[in-house]
Amino acid sequence: MDELRKKARALLEAGEVRVVIGYGGGTGDRARAIFVREPERADELIFDGRCRQNLAIYLTRREVKELGKPAIVATLPALKTVLQLAGEFQIAEGGLVVLAPGADGSLIEFKTFADIEKYLAGAASPIDPAEQAEMDRVRAMSPDERWKYWLGQISRCIKCYACRQACPMCYCPRCTVECNQPQWIPVPSHELGNLEWNVMRAMHLAGRCVDCGDCSRACPVGIPLYLLNRVLIGDIESNFHQRAGMKAEVDYALSTFHPDDRENFIR
Amino acid sequence: MEIERRLLKKEALAGLVEKINAAGRKVHAPVCEGARVEFAPIDSIAEADLGYVQTTQSAKNLLFPRVERILSFKRRGGAMETADPDLSALPETVVLGMHPCDAAAIGSLGAIFTWDTQDAFFKARLEKLTVVGLSCAAGDEYCFCASVGLGPGSTEGSDILLTRLASGDFLAEIVTAKGKALVELAPELFLPAPAGADKDSALARIEKSFTREEAGERAKARFDDDALWDGQALRCLGCGACAYVCPTCACFDIQDEGTTSRGVRLRCWDSCGFPAFTIHTSGHNPREEQGARWRQRLMHKFSYMPERQDVFGCVGCGRCSRACPVDMNIKEHLIDLLEAKS
Repeated sequence: MDELRKKARALLEAGEVRVVIGYGGGTGDRARAIFVREPERADELIFDGRCRQNLAIYLTRREVKELGKPAIVATLPALKTVLQLAGEFQIAEGGLVVLAPGADGSLIEFKTFADIEKYLAGAASPIDPAEQAEMDRVRAMSPDERWKYWLGQISRCIKCYACRQACPMCYCPRCTVECNQPQWIPVPSHELGNLEWNVMRAMHLAGRCVDCGDCSRACPVGIPLYLLNRVLIGDIESNFHQRAGMKAEVDYALSTFHPDDRENFIR
Repeated sequence: MEIERRLLKKEALAGLVEKINAAGRKVHAPVCEGARVEFAPIDSIAEADLGYVQTTQSAKNLLFPRVERILSFKRRGGAMETADPDLSALPETVVLGMHPCDAAAIGSLGAIFTWDTQDAFFKARLEKLTVVGLSCAAGDEYCFCASVGLGPGSTEGSDILLTRLASGDFLAEIVTAKGKALVELAPELFLPAPAGADKDSALARIEKSFTREEAGERAKARFDDDALWDGQALRCLGCGACAYVCPTCACFDIQDEGTTSRGVRLRCWDSCGFPAFTIHTSGHNPREEQGARWRQRLMHKFSYMPERQDVFGCVGCGRCSRACPVDMNIKEHLIDLLEAKS
């Protein structure tokens, strides 16, 4: 933490960045995103197990972009998000400083996206055992049971769009649900509206989701959205050998055409 | 009417629920759903969780459903026929175990739905709703009812307010005629209250951090302080979680669904936190940045509603802060607002 605070202070003092997007203390035990703009406030930065929000969400937010060049305190999923956003031309090399604090108090400053790629290639992405257990349980269901499971989960959706707003890859200024000529997705939070929304959200993230889990954590009614994302990640990996967030290049299965693709309907 | 005090033995609550059900009314109560507690219909008191601090969502769905059909239309020959929903078919409902903040919120919601246009849908539902409130024995760090003119034992909005006494029995305060009518369903269960029944010592201690009047005045005085609002809202994601769990947020959107020959008109919840909430057809958005939307949320509750409807739009339930994915804590930001140098 000391390393992080020292680095943040130095970056702000040197004018190398205008804001450090990091974590600070929140309500009770919660940690929350803070935006440190003055070097003397660098000591408000914390980093520990509570710091889970994927702060890369803020890299594309207009209010944060207006503050000037940022440094971002990045967890593993945030590093992947940085690469994916770079691949999708939302951020550019040199436009930000990426700081990855380790659990042991160390700090890595990534100078290039290539360095992040190298780091991620050797990093393990542990899966929460409780989430894996739920995944195994749902996978073992018959299609009919699984359909009922999802109808039950989705019936609780209130269409607050916290999942979308919390997702760093949902940066579209105008979401499909806000397009109403024609209205692709029903606005009301009834059974069909909820189902179409949640399926559409998952499909728009297929091949792009870096599995940070913020959609599930943001959901006020506790819908396990990570299950949908993870199944799609697995399917894309096994069918197309691609995984989002591993390199700073656009190459995702569902929207990139390669001349040597087997499917030729697009020609 | 003057509040009447009665004693409801702890084991009598089950009988009360049976009697209400037998009278053909639906009972909704807080029910444990995994990690959350939510209002849901119950058949027996065993299903209810009355030891809860706060439900994730408020019970406003009972008065202002998240999706509500307000009209249906059908083309017949050259003409379009419309039909209103049959509001007389709505069931008589009792909500049991709602905390005083939520009971008070019904007044704020009602002030909006009966302010100018008398909203037939809301009024029909309200008429059929009886509120059996439950005083709070415990609060948490998000609760701030005492700062918005209420308290863990406020009777405002309840038809009957129950307070669990040290003995485990309930002190029943019968507040309204509707409450009295409910007692009539099972008069034998409502015993004379012991003279020394001590309500106050059964209540949670909720700290008073400010008054809602000062919060409103201060918000108004700081209206042009963009740095303050933008600073508070920088981490805000612009989702609708706060508005949708709020017991007093009343904004809605109207959607027509169907074809040109038949369909329905639906009223759906909406939120001023959404970036597109105020977008004009021209493309201009008067609340272009999240700071302006956050300011609107606070101003509406603490300044506009008191000015226009003579009620406050916040009851201190703390749901918005608990539900917020990024820990936007309304109580903390109101305190900041009061402390900020002018």
